Amino acid sequence: MPLNREQIAKRIAQELKDGYYVNLGIGIPTLVANYIPKNIQVIFQSENGLLGAGGFPTEAEVDPDLINAGKQTITAIPGACYFSSADSFAMIRGGHIDLTILGALEVDEEGNIASWMIPNKMLKGMGGAMDLVASAKNIIVAMPHTNKDGQSKLLKRCQLPLTGVRCIHKVVTDLAVLEIKDGAFYLKERAPDVSIDAIRQLTKGQLIVEGDISIIEI
Amino acid sequence: MSGFYKVVDNYEKALAGLQDNMTIMVGGFGLCGIPEGLIQKIYNSEIKNLRCISNNAGIDDFGLGLLLKKRQIKTMIASYVGENALFETLFFNKEMEVILTPQGTLAEKIRAGGAGIPAFYTPTGFGTLIAQDKEVREFNGRHYILEEALTADFSLIKAWKADTMGNLIYRKTAMNFNPIMAAAGRITIAEVEEIVEPQELDANFIHTPGIYVDRVIKGTFEKRIENKTFRSKE
Repeated sequence: MPLNREQIAKRIAQELKDGYYVNLGIGIPTLVANYIPKNIQVIFQSENGLLGAGGFPTEAEVDPDLINAGKQTITAIPGACYFSSADSFAMIRGGHIDLTILGALEVDEEGNIASWMIPNKMLKGMGGAMDLVASAKNIIVAMPHTNKDGQSKLLKRCQLPLTGVRCIHKVVTDLAVLEIKDGAFYLKERAPDVSIDAIRQLTKGQLIVEGDISIIEI
Repeated sequence: MSGFYKVVDNYEKALAGLQDNMTIMVGGFGLCGIPEGLIQKIYNSEIKNLRCISNNAGIDDFGLGLLLKKRQIKTMIASYVGENALFETLFFNKEMEVILTPQGTLAEKIRAGGAGIPAFYTPTGFGTLIAQDKEVREFNGRHYILEEALTADFSLIKAWKADTMGNLIYRKTAMNFNPIMAAAGRITIAEVEEIVEPQELDANFIHTPGIYVDRVIKGTFEKRIENKTFRSKE
């Protein structure tokens, strides 16, 4: 069975470490906050100017002055702080964020990522994604293995306009956990009951399978 | 009245001097921390062909979306416009020029503009469409592109509290682009929730020093929420 969105988030949450400052993108990455392992503390940075993003408020606590980068109303944890957009991206560009988790439209075997534009069809803008991928040492892409038409999103070369070049080293999809190095996808783990052949078929970039491939634990 | 008394009592005075074809910066992230009354005042005027710098473009019937609706913006410089359907239409029909800029680059261009730095190198966007026609330079084995600073004829910002001398404090994530835009405007107008006397704001906790602020107006704010999310009470 392929993983659902929550399960992808749960698997990614296993990569969190005590003391990490983490930036979560919109979509599946946001769900990671629900699965922080017990006994560790991480702090979420929201690039609109908050370190220490908390969960959703109760309806009575909703504050229009307190939102996350997805423009959702949220809360702040004790010890949180607010700052300007320039400071926020100084943190990001300056390499102070320990882990960045974001979605993508396409990723390729060189580690390139496309996520912000479909020419003549969709214009949304890159928001903070280009800054995040340009400088983060540690990025995980969370996305379905295929698009709505069933086509692979793990390609030889990205077809859409790029968000960043040679910056992605780890991808978690509904089918597999993969690492990107030396111009290839390396299969690391697979979803329960999803065969290596099935993953190979749905991975258009070069896929390398070495040794035993463990099943994703969730 | 001291030359440092910056309070004006109506939007006419607040926006005096704003004309067609000018460049404006407008603070806010989404609808959070936007100068609502100043935008409304422009919407009610016949000012047109503005070059507008703001992280987002509002929604169809609120914030900068109003100025789009009335076709008052000729060029929009923003990082994310996904919430605005009209925006997409205007862009694809070539009725408006759009310069999408990565959010951190946008922030730094504005910061640099206010700080007297004409340009800077950033790794953001190297190897992408954003880097087209921009100078590339290598430092310590990494590639960077040259980005130029931004300034504005008018910066329209929103703060929580001001004193009459223009010192400002923001509240929570309504700060966002406001402090850097304050410094990058030739004329900066702060629309605020509360105006107090000098000394009533603790000088240790001023976010924006009054030197950057030319006019202060007390606004009334709807503070519309774009994406209201909450949990049920446990």
